[in-house]
Amino acid sequence: MEKTLYTVNVYSENTVGILNQVTNVFTRRQVNIESLTVSRSAIPGVHKYTITAETDEETISKMVRQIERRIDVLKAFYYVDDEIIFQEIALYKISTDRVLEHGALEQVVRRYNARILELNRNYTVIEQTGHVEEIQQLYEELQPLGILQFVRSGRISITKSPIERLSDFLAEMEAKRQASEQV
Amino acid sequence: MSEKINGAEALMRCFKEENVTTIFGYPGGFIIPVFDALYSYQKEFDCILTRHEQGAIHAAQGYARVTGRPGVVIVTSGPAATNVITGLADAMMDSTPLVVITGQSIVAQLGTDSFQETDVIGITQPVSKWSYQIRRAEDLPWAVARAFYIAREGRPGPVVLDLTKDAQTQLFDFEYKKCRFIRSYQPNPTPDPNDLSLAADLINLAKRPMAVIGQGVMLGHAEKELYAFLEKADIPAASTLLGLSIMADDYPLNMGMVGMHGNVAPNRKTGECDVLIAIGCRFSDRVTGDINTYAANANIIHFDIDPSELNKNVRVFLPVLGNVKETLPAVTKLLKPARHTEWIAGFKTYKEQEEKEVISRDLHPEGPEITMAETVKCISDQSGRRAVLVADVGQNEMTSARYFSAGPGRQFVASGGLGTMGFCLPAAVGAALGAPDSEIYAVCGDGGIQMTIQELGTIMQYQLPVKVVVLNNNFLGMVRQWQELFWDKRYSSTRMQNPDFVQLAASYHIAGRRVEKREELSEAVQQMIDHKGPYLLEVHVEEEGMVYPMIPAGQPISDIIMGRTDTK
Ligand SMILES: Cc1ncc(C[n+]2csc(CCOP(=O)(O)OP(=O)(O)O)c2C)c(N)n1
Ligand SMILES: [Mg+2]
Repeated sequence: MEKTLYTVNVYSENTVGILNQVTNVFTRRQVNIESLTVSRSAIPGVHKYTITAETDEETISKMVRQIERRIDVLKAFYYVDDEIIFQEIALYKISTDRVLEHGALEQVVRRYNARILELNRNYTVIEQTGHVEEIQQLYEELQPLGILQFVRSGRISITKSPIERLSDFLAEMEAKRQASEQV
Repeated sequence: MSEKINGAEALMRCFKEENVTTIFGYPGGFIIPVFDALYSYQKEFDCILTRHEQGAIHAAQGYARVTGRPGVVIVTSGPAATNVITGLADAMMDSTPLVVITGQSIVAQLGTDSFQETDVIGITQPVSKWSYQIRRAEDLPWAVARAFYIAREGRPGPVVLDLTKDAQTQLFDFEYKKCRFIRSYQPNPTPDPNDLSLAADLINLAKRPMAVIGQGVMLGHAEKELYAFLEKADIPAASTLLGLSIMADDYPLNMGMVGMHGNVAPNRKTGECDVLIAIGCRFSDRVTGDINTYAANANIIHFDIDPSELNKNVRVFLPVLGNVKETLPAVTKLLKPARHTEWIAGFKTYKEQEEKEVISRDLHPEGPEITMAETVKCISDQSGRRAVLVADVGQNEMTSARYFSAGPGRQFVASGGLGTMGFCLPAAVGAALGAPDSEIYAVCGDGGIQMTIQELGTIMQYQLPVKVVVLNNNFLGMVRQWQELFWDKRYSSTRMQNPDFVQLAASYHIAGRRVEKREELSEAVQQMIDHKGPYLLEVHVEEEGMVYPMIPAGQPISDIIMGRTDTK
């Protein structure tokens, strides 16, 4: 079957051990997680997981439902790249001597929309945000200088759709809560 | 009003609030405070001391399966917690509501490999509906309330509470509030009216409708709703293994059981029907066989409460999400009364074929040896109306499913999805406690009974009137059957040398008898039935008996083997 890179967003309550439950669903189906980012969401008490993985649509849709089945998971969604705006961040550490030898670092930094975070006698740290490919390109460009350290984050993403599915869900559940208290 | 009590005492009060009456347990160091509290609650709760924690959890499963209420288990930490894993996995597969409490080391020592510390949450999460570690007594009422709610509501399942010693002993202000709502969990999803009307349209247009009934109907208490649905549109129906005991055997629309060892007619008709209505079942591979050819001529409608089951195994034409207690009557209302006389009559041909080629050979064999089928049929015929058969796994289970006539009302209990050998004896303990007015038959194989045979001790101690029937073929019969059919009769590790089961029972002061001759069978079964209290009947059955019909795993369900001559 055709494989596509999917971005999965999981929203959960802030309880211990959810990450395990989420990643278990991937493990059981032998789907590799390409990247994983977990953080607090804008809604108090709600955590957001952004996971990317390559698989087919049937598998990802089943997996998302199995993730949602876990009690403390509020909602889970999956998207293809067209449906989201996404970004990654990368940091490169290079020896300052080599940077000075290069001479044309300014153009590189401008071209890649990168910036210099730290510069001292020993090393220079460059930060770049962008898509995987852009980060890969800069990496290749800097490689001749000898990259001392390199790190890239997982993807974070925001949906393009005007519908805010999580907020709608929370509103629906709030109505249910109120109804349950009236019984 | 609140007053300071410790966590263990609080747990007792929580249980009272949740109407717990029976607890299955086994004590140990990190759960002593709870057992100490239980000592003061002997009037309120029957605490059944099993002989192994696996026994405790299967007993709780048996209890839950016959009562429909959550089974409660209390065990200690470490090895006791790992001993309940099989039961959790079994209950998770078979949607059985359980609240399992495991003791846990003191909080300060967590993560240090302290004595009898295991990562219970890590181990149990994949095999439970919810698992949670309680570190402070003040969180206990909240967690227990939530545990019962989660175990019971929606699609039921097992829940684990890992109770640290600290939480058992700390004093706190107790207050209990039952859980009625969890923001992240929708136990009863609202049905979509469009789905309901579309389902009705499809059924109204169907020329050859057929229904497959799973345990979901029982779990949703929707038996009456099911009958009304089937009768209005005249839909023939078949059960899955766990859907047995929803329709009476002589219910005119009951066409038997589907699946690997199910009846010929419903298996064949699955391929002929034009609309297949699956109700509260999960399309196990034991039911579907080769998924690509399953119900190839039908539009499938799937009624289920669990969204993750819809389109999981079989791609369906119309998923209908919701509690069947709600969705079935809603669709019934939209159905046009119909008659499918000819279509239903068509089931008969296959039924007669099975009767002739399988059933009559099973029940009236030419050889001198007793068959499993004869034995089960004999129990079924001679037992009372309120008889519950608890089966183990293997040939004994399939034969029980085929030949025990389980009337509506939770009269057949077996391990379905996990196929756990050793389930039967402890589950029968729980069934006896949950259904004290029923006759309880524990039908097991010589292999399976030995996996949890220590529970004879529990039966003895509480004098539970369990009738244990060992169908002894001196083989791990079902595996031997596969070896005969598909592995050239190379009986690798399936022959078993067995103890004298009757003597073994006798050492537990349990009466018993061995039967080897057909002439004695009926009278021996009667003797067992008439005996007050526990009893063990060992029946020497045909050693190389087979369970037919059989659809080999992964084959289209039209590939039915009817008997030995088919395979030569
Ligand atoms: C715990 C466990 N181990 C192994 C199996 C595999 N298995 C399935 S049926 C069977 C044979 C059961 O033998 P017995 O209990 O004598 O029952 P019979 O089939 O002979 O009736 C085995 C080994 C299982 N289902 N469960
Ligand atoms: Mg056997």
